[in-house]
Amino acid sequence: MEVGQMQGRLVDYTKSLFMEGFLDGQFLQLQQLQDESNPDFVVEVVSLFFDDSEKLLNDLTMALDQPNVDFKKVDAHVHQLKGSSSSIGAQRVKNGCIAFRNFCEEQNIEACLRCLQQVKQEYYLVKNKLEALFRLEQQIVAAGGSIPMMEMGF
Amino acid sequence: MVLGKGASSSLSMNKVDGAEEMVDNSNNFTVLVADDDPLIQKLHEMHLKKFGLKVQVVENGKKAVDLCHFGATFNLILIDKEMPVMDGAEATKELQAMGVNSLIVGVTSRDSPYEKQAFMEAGLDYCFEKPLTADKINFLLQELNKNN
Repeated sequence: MEVGQMQGRLVDYTKSLFMEGFLDGQFLQLQQLQDESNPDFVVEVVSLFFDDSEKLLNDLTMALDQPNVDFKKVDAHVHQLKGSSSSIGAQRVKNGCIAFRNFCEEQNIEACLRCLQQVKQEYYLVKNKLEALFRLEQQIVAAGGSIPMMEMGF
Repeated sequence: MVLGKGASSSLSMNKVDGAEEMVDNSNNFTVLVADDDPLIQKLHEMHLKKFGLKVQVVENGKKAVDLCHFGATFNLILIDKEMPVMDGAEATKELQAMGVNSLIVGVTSRDSPYEKQAFMEAGLDYCFEKPLTADKINFLLQELNKNN
């Protein structure tokens, strides 16, 4: 596949992630911050998000598995996950956390467990999508092309 | 319309939510970022540096207070609420008690108006919800220019 086709595929794929609600405008802000002096900024920040999220999801699983669930602790973990997902523009994960926090407040264990499954699902979906995005970018760079800038207003 | 890259001069074009803005990067403002999350530290540092601000990062409120206690001065202190060792509210109270001559701004994930209000009452000048955005930084730059 030639570079032009790969670039077109990347643009279309990125647009689809926004259209399907996986990403929001905050991700565009991350891309705008990346430049020649920090060419891997987006990948680095998203990697930190992956590390944060894996740990938080494990902590949440353990916290909700306790005989006496500490909802304050659960809420603190969800709050943190909401913060980091919001910071990189992982919209569906963020929205899942908002719903999750409401059920923490109600101390509804069953609903919290359902929310945890939902948030895990959304996290793994966006993780796969972002990894696919970065692979497309790497292919373009390896073929000697440049990463096209995202257009606003799609 | 395609987003533009920053120019090499001190003035650069930033696209913010579809509107072009001239950003004056030729300031000497210094910023202290206090946050325990490495992702937020990296994001805020990068965001602020893009606006020409000189940034120092610490991971808790005590380190922020200690820096100022030992003579470091900052035009702006961006402080998270939830931090280990010393949280943002306690650190803000101590910084105010020390009489630091900085704009102190809370940047928190807490979205309930009650929690933001409680944080403000510790002595913040402003409180924003995370994440930091170009609009918020522009606003703070305007405030810093007014004060200086």
